[in-house]
Amino acid sequence: MYFDLPTTSRFLNVSDLACERDLRILYNDLNFAVKAGELWHIKGINGAGKTTLLRQVAGLHAVDTGQVLYSDNMVKMIYIGHKLGLKEQLTADENLTWLVGLDGFSTQQQRYTALEKVGLKGYEETMVAQLSAGQKRRVALARLHVCKVDLWVLDEPFTSIDQQGIVDEQNWLHQHISAGGTVIMTSHQAITLPHVKTLDLSLYGPQSQSKNKANGQALR
Amino acid sequence: MIKFMLTIIHRDLLLLVRQPSEILNPLVFFLLVIALFPLGISPEATLLSKTAAGMIWVAAMLATLLSLELLFKLDHDDGSLEQLLLAPYPSWSLVLAKVFVHWLVSGLPLILISPVIASMLFLPSQAVPVLMLSLLLGTPTLSLLGAIGAALVTGVRGGGILLTLLILPLYVPVLIFGTSSVVAAAQGLAVSGHMALLGAMLVLALMVAPWAAGSALKL
Repeated sequence: MYFDLPTTSRFLNVSDLACERDLRILYNDLNFAVKAGELWHIKGINGAGKTTLLRQVAGLHAVDTGQVLYSDNMVKMIYIGHKLGLKEQLTADENLTWLVGLDGFSTQQQRYTALEKVGLKGYEETMVAQLSAGQKRRVALARLHVCKVDLWVLDEPFTSIDQQGIVDEQNWLHQHISAGGTVIMTSHQAITLPHVKTLDLSLYGPQSQSKNKANGQALR
Repeated sequence: MIKFMLTIIHRDLLLLVRQPSEILNPLVFFLLVIALFPLGISPEATLLSKTAAGMIWVAAMLATLLSLELLFKLDHDDGSLEQLLLAPYPSWSLVLAKVFVHWLVSGLPLILISPVIASMLFLPSQAVPVLMLSLLLGTPTLSLLGAIGAALVTGVRGGGILLTLLILPLYVPVLIFGTSSVVAAAQGLAVSGHMALLGAMLVLALMVAPWAAGSALKL
């Protein structure tokens, strides 16, 4: 577990990463190193490849060019994407049970506390199908509070969350990185936390092709 | 890893309890096909007893095929497949868990109801245990092989027909030996050879299918 390592240690190393979809280069020559206790905010216009980058980091999308390397392959990660991975016919509590149960254990007490923390007290036994879009996302986010996990990979976690919810969520992010956790996320919202590392994907997009060609590093 | 698989099995069973129509669909389809055959051909006992084995096996195969398309599709559509794949366990274990639930829903009820069906179709009574045993060995093979196709067409729009084309050739040997074992039993012949082959196919499918389907899911 990386919590034992000094906080300056490298945690995730991304080198020369490229991504191509439908013969279109989204980004290439992407290099960055994530250290424990950092929050990385991936920016970029729609279609810049933010989601694909997160999926490559999470290991859900194949890495053809470049490398995504974790310092420790026992790193525990939670990935919450656009599709939340919730079953509509199960209650909020049941959804948390199976999601956490895939690689861990949780008591009902822990799950109820987590749901209370995301503002869903009283909705524990409600079918997810009956919740609003924002509440569904909150159920998915409740998973972050059930048990301690090193790395949070969040794709647009503020989508359909209300104003107060976004403030609360930023507080959780702050608490997580203060405790030595790591966050890699995308968002079109500004993150009002100190020491946020920003990665702008448009700097690595097709516009920078000519530069790369000059360096003899063209992808194709 | 056992806990990982149990979590998936528990979740899928809970979902089935909430949506019982999914349990009943393959079974109702199976019963309808069997009930309509005598109406379409002839209700004559001699004819039915000859064709019973083939009818039951073809209906069982189609019922399995019908329910296969949704094996991974629902999980893919709501994003929970991503979460299953992200768990630090080999993907074949997740396939095995999902296939087990699929068999519980599509295979097991058919086996349990097959004696009733057999008597309805005038199958000689000495062939009934063989029919049940052949279904017991054959239906898990159908579910396992089907998982490969289901995994390959996950995320493909309108993958249903593609799935059928991919999987049917693989089903044919199971169908042939399943049917012929029942026919042999009805004629009072030995069936151990058929059973050995059905068993061998099950073992082969158990070894290859979860791994192949797991790799296909990661694509």
